[in-house]
Amino acid sequence: MAYTIGVDGLRKRYGDVQAVDGVSFEVDEGEFFGILGPNGAGKTTTLEIIEGLREADEGEVSVLGLPPWPRNARLLPRIGVQLQASSFFERLTAREQLQTFGSLYGVPAKKADAMLETVGLDDKADVPVEKLSGGQAQRLSIACALVHDPELVFLDEPTAALDPQARRNLWDVLREINTEGRTIVLTTHYMDEAEILCDRVAIMDRGRILRLGPPATLVRGLDAPARISVATGTLPVEDARGLPGADEVSDDGVSLIISTRDPSAVVAAMAAKDALTGVQIHGATLEDVFLELTGREYRA
Amino acid sequence: MSTFDSFKSLSRAMFLGFRRDKGALFFTVLFPLMFLVIFGGIFGKQTTSKVNVIAVGPVPVLEQALAHDSGGGLGKTLKLTRKTDRSAALKKVEKGDADAAVEQRGNQLTVHYSAADQVKAGTARGLLDSIVQSANQAASGKAPTYNMASQAVEDDSLKAIQFFTPSLLGWALASAGVFGASQTLVTWRTKGILRRLRLSPAPISTVFGARVAVSIGVALVQLALFLAVAQLPFFGLKLQNAWWMAVPMVVSGVLAFLSIGMVIGAWAKTQETAQAVTQLVVLPMAFLGGSFFPLDAAPGWLKAISYIFPLRYLNEGMLNVMGRGLGPTSALPQIGVLLGVAVVGAVVATRLFRWDDA
Repeated sequence: MAYTIGVDGLRKRYGDVQAVDGVSFEVDEGEFFGILGPNGAGKTTTLEIIEGLREADEGEVSVLGLPPWPRNARLLPRIGVQLQASSFFERLTAREQLQTFGSLYGVPAKKADAMLETVGLDDKADVPVEKLSGGQAQRLSIACALVHDPELVFLDEPTAALDPQARRNLWDVLREINTEGRTIVLTTHYMDEAEILCDRVAIMDRGRILRLGPPATLVRGLDAPARISVATGTLPVEDARGLPGADEVSDDGVSLIISTRDPSAVVAAMAAKDALTGVQIHGATLEDVFLELTGREYRA
Repeated sequence: MSTFDSFKSLSRAMFLGFRRDKGALFFTVLFPLMFLVIFGGIFGKQTTSKVNVIAVGPVPVLEQALAHDSGGGLGKTLKLTRKTDRSAALKKVEKGDADAAVEQRGNQLTVHYSAADQVKAGTARGLLDSIVQSANQAASGKAPTYNMASQAVEDDSLKAIQFFTPSLLGWALASAGVFGASQTLVTWRTKGILRRLRLSPAPISTVFGARVAVSIGVALVQLALFLAVAQLPFFGLKLQNAWWMAVPMVVSGVLAFLSIGMVIGAWAKTQETAQAVTQLVVLPMAFLGGSFFPLDAAPGWLKAISYIFPLRYLNEGMLNVMGRGLGPTSALPQIGVLLGVAVVGAVVATRLFRWDDA
């Protein structure tokens, strides 16, 4: 079966900077695919080449079986792109915005209201885009990308600069779009976002893909310790160090944190000492994967 | 849905965006109209005032002359006030409130005037002298040896409103066109709308066509408003026969100025730069292209310079057909120049065009 997206040996250089340095991957139909990495990792450039906004210096790209470059009018109606900036026509209401973008694809104007409902903006239909909050504007721009019912959707950092509540709301919207059977490719520099949303994640840094796979597999592949924390004073630090399976113990004056590769043994021992007040257990995350892969702390 | 539906929908979106932009509405529509009202008001009413004469006591010669003034010629030049207080009348002349005071004792007419305004005083004396002469001639009972018949010639000097309506409209179109195009292009590029449009299957020509259509529509509204205001009795614009040629003039002018704006918008990186460059282009063009004052009396070198500016051709063409009353073909050379500017600008803008900032 042909892949929805096939990328092979992609390279792109801007002056002295090798923005994309030999990237290859495939995306399956209906998949929620994430490209994760810090700013400047080459995520956006990779995405723009796949969308057909830029020409690759080297490498092959096929989208829905078609080459995206040069501008391919047969491909464009089948893909939806949400851009990083909120690219709206000035002084139009949310509904007018959708109608206008829809008209570019020959979509009837009445489709706009259905789209507003999909992204939960039905009560903002008559609000000018300038008056929308960051999260609302982001949802509207996703609606604009979906108005012509594309099979494949590209989202470039959709939750950047949103507050936690707005991010969560947007995640719900994105999951729903994916459940409808659309393939989604998303770039993000939020580890938690990739972990929660994506079926598979490509971790990118300095123009290369470091690791690719389902988030859980990537995390499990690490021999990373779990962190158990309790309120400071629940257990003396010396006692904590003596717990079976505890690798490392630290106390920052608020929490006592025990790193361990055998969390069940540690928790059992703590329970025996009745020292589980406010206990929290964190498994390894994609952040740990990134740290492991690059040797540097992940900074979004 | 067809390309035409996309075109209509895009035009509508852009028109709504314009209509809701109070700043743009003010500067493209109201601001030039204000100029028309002010310029038309100041310069439109420049008629020489009547000679103001005070008659002290009874002045039968004058009264007779006025009574026999059948054609109203005297009434058009002379404003007569009657007073009995001689010193008050002389005071008025001294202060310049009246041009002359006249009194009659028997057959002797005495004219008091101030030497401060020689021209007015001379006019008053000449007028009164001619009245006395014709009274003398009538008293002699003989038929006059010499007669004078007067006939008005066609007024060839341009009334202020006939000049200001087309030329201020030209300025309004130029600034709306250049500003509109440069701002739209820079905004669309910096906000990523151009990239978004590029990712839609609609041909980019449809998108730009819609923008041009909106500009032309707005320009025709400007034309209608200018004509409506200038034709009010207070301003008194008299439209000449071939005035409808103003419509193709306006359209080709809009194309030329949009094209110049596109060059600026394609070249400028930020809105601020685009705005500054637009001002640098539009203001000198408005002054030297003859929008604010007629270039008929300007020195030769200034006239020569004025032909660098496309606005000069728009002003001249519209003035010919709207103000001067020349035939419809008189505007054709100007239309040709404007369309030429539009084509050259479009080619340059296409060369400079970028889809995004990077």
